[in-house]
Amino acid sequence: MSKNPEFVKFDKVDKSYDGKVLVVKDLQLDIAEGEFITMLGPSGSGKTTCLMMLAGFETPTHGEILLDGNIISNIPPHKRGIGMVFQNYALFPHMTVYENLAFPLRVRKVEKDEIDKKVDKALSMVSLNGFETRMPAQLSGGQQQRVAVARALVFDPAVVLMDEPLGALDKNLRESMQYEIKHIHESIGVTVVYVTHDQSEALTMSNRIAVFNDGKVQQLSDPAELYEKPVNSFVAEFIGENNTFNGEVIDIDKDKCKVKLANSEILANPISVKSKGEKTTVSLRPERALINPKDKMDNMFTGKIEEVIYHGDHTRVRLNLLGSSEFILKVPNSTSNLELKVSQDINIGWNSLDARALDPK
Amino acid sequence: MSSEAKQILTTDGIPLEVSLKKAERKNKIKAFLLVAPLLLFLVITYIFPIGEMFTRSIDDKMITNMLPKTFKEMENWDGQELPPEDVFSAFYYDYKALVEKQEHGKLGQRLNKEKNGFNSTTKRLFRNIKRKKIDESASIKEQMMRVHKNWGKVEYWQAIKRTAPPYTLAKYLKGMDMYFAADGSIAQVDEDRRIHRILWLRTLEIALFVTVFCFLMGYPIAHLLATLPMKYSNLLMICVLLPFWTSLLVRTASWMILLQQQGVVNDFFVMIGLVADDSRPEMMYNKVGTYVAMTQILLPFMVLPLYSVMKTISPSLMRAGKSLGGTPFVAFWKVYFPLTIPGIGAGCLLVFILAIGYYITPALVGGASGTLISNQIAYHMKTTLDWSFASAMGLMLLTGVLVIYWIYNKLVGVDNIKLG
Repeated sequence: MSKNPEFVKFDKVDKSYDGKVLVVKDLQLDIAEGEFITMLGPSGSGKTTCLMMLAGFETPTHGEILLDGNIISNIPPHKRGIGMVFQNYALFPHMTVYENLAFPLRVRKVEKDEIDKKVDKALSMVSLNGFETRMPAQLSGGQQQRVAVARALVFDPAVVLMDEPLGALDKNLRESMQYEIKHIHESIGVTVVYVTHDQSEALTMSNRIAVFNDGKVQQLSDPAELYEKPVNSFVAEFIGENNTFNGEVIDIDKDKCKVKLANSEILANPISVKSKGEKTTVSLRPERALINPKDKMDNMFTGKIEEVIYHGDHTRVRLNLLGSSEFILKVPNSTSNLELKVSQDINIGWNSLDARALDPK
Repeated sequence: MSSEAKQILTTDGIPLEVSLKKAERKNKIKAFLLVAPLLLFLVITYIFPIGEMFTRSIDDKMITNMLPKTFKEMENWDGQELPPEDVFSAFYYDYKALVEKQEHGKLGQRLNKEKNGFNSTTKRLFRNIKRKKIDESASIKEQMMRVHKNWGKVEYWQAIKRTAPPYTLAKYLKGMDMYFAADGSIAQVDEDRRIHRILWLRTLEIALFVTVFCFLMGYPIAHLLATLPMKYSNLLMICVLLPFWTSLLVRTASWMILLQQQGVVNDFFVMIGLVADDSRPEMMYNKVGTYVAMTQILLPFMVLPLYSVMKTISPSLMRAGKSLGGTPFVAFWKVYFPLTIPGIGAGCLLVFILAIGYYITPALVGGASGTLISNQIAYHMKTTLDWSFASAMGLMLLTGVLVIYWIYNKLVGVDNIKLG
């Protein structure tokens, strides 16, 4: 069985609520069959609107949405066959867990025996067997969440949409639910479109992540690439931590460029700069800068420690480096730890490959 | 380990339970003092008047106090044949005492209600006493029978005996078009005189239909109120509440202007050619007027509880229903509607109970066929001055409301009511 790489397709979709501002601008997005794709972005970036358009609760102002090759813009929500998990779960409070799960099957006129089987299967998938007769109010947040997931999957939809489903849970529960949802996706192979503003959630669960900002997809790639190779400074800033230097390109080569800062020069990897004289923001992940590097690195500087913060598994060190006092280092707390003291001078080095010269901020 | 050893003590050595009670007693007293004025108010304005109404409705002491000796002697009379001499003489002396106090007329009227003909019968006795024609040394029984032949009829004495108990349910029976027959059994009044039963049924019917109309109109309004954006819903809310701020009388009067035969609505019907000018339908002084005006006036009582319940229903529930494959109707019927039942219950109960006791509007626009039981109660309060009958009917109405409340509780459950 070959997977359709364009199972869900947003084709040049625009969306405006008031006729003045575009919430979603010219969205072009293909989602493959069986993929777990996350729409990630700050609030107001248009990600939830995209989800609502896919579910059928909003209509695109322009453009088409295709599901398995068919235009669905004119199909009402109940005929789309798309499962959805809502932010506040939206379990029917007057129905038991069983009735909640049976609802999508009953409206499809499934036989009673078949309903029992499917509900049982869905509940065992989220390990909630034996909770059939409970009312949603008698369940904890995590359990309600699982019921909502089971209900969205019980009628074997082609696509399941999840709108910040873990937002209301506490941190530990959220992390375990992340794995659980990921494993359910892996075991049944359904296409999942997931919306969140939590980057670690997106990195943990997704096959691919679409970073939204200002109604546009800024970058669409797998988690590793998104983190390691952000294509612009918004993505670099939004995903993970990041040290930045603002400067001007004074020399550019194929895979190296020289950036002039206020009172020094660094070497960087030219990503979105093309020519001399361009303004740029250089982005460097904290863990890519090393203290007293053994190997020769093409950026070597000396900085002064401003602050040391103990974080358990690692220590964060804030340095005054190259005229900026916001340079962050992450030092793993291994046994061969260094003595780090405030106002001590240390040598810092990094490879120009890891310092990505992006668009100016 | 003994149970005493388990008892937890505070640091002072006082048992924890005692200490806790002591600490909470102050709060309990404070809380009671806070509600005490309301409690007192309720007792004075609600429980006391209802108790007073109840005693008034069953009170029949007047005649008991008028004929003390007679009723004492009647205790020994079997009530089958003409009473013995003692009863006659006891009645004679009781009556004589009333004549001296000039209260004999009241007795005659009261007894005449019990049995026709008593008024003239007692008057004849009164005249004989005035002219001192009764010889108190001879048999009073025979002299009285000579004064009026009715005194020799056992039915008349039975009627007196029936008035003996200080309490009677006669008013309640009257409210249901029934009465105590001569032999003490309960009988129906003649069919052409059964007005109360018609009124009770009409009251129920009108209250029921007004509730249904209010529900049919109020549900969509409440839904709109709960789902519209704030700036529109506020405007709509004012439209719903505006009638509330207008005097009931003004609203009813404006319906009279609209609905009368030369009124605005009829003019409009004639204008668009719906009816001929000479056959304008009567929309007032009948049930139509009562329905229209009462539905409009009671509508806010339906809309507000419904609105407050609908406001709490998350819109994502309907979306969930649709995304799971339910048509908009199924999503509404299976998800939204069941969640609004507490509001429906509260609204319907409120409207129904208000409608069942409604007075001014039916009195003004109801005419003869659109008046309700409350108008009858008011009639007895103001015109016939039969307050005990009015009280009895008032209590019957109250009982009816309580029964409806009880049935509602059995069917839906009072816990399911949500007023706000």
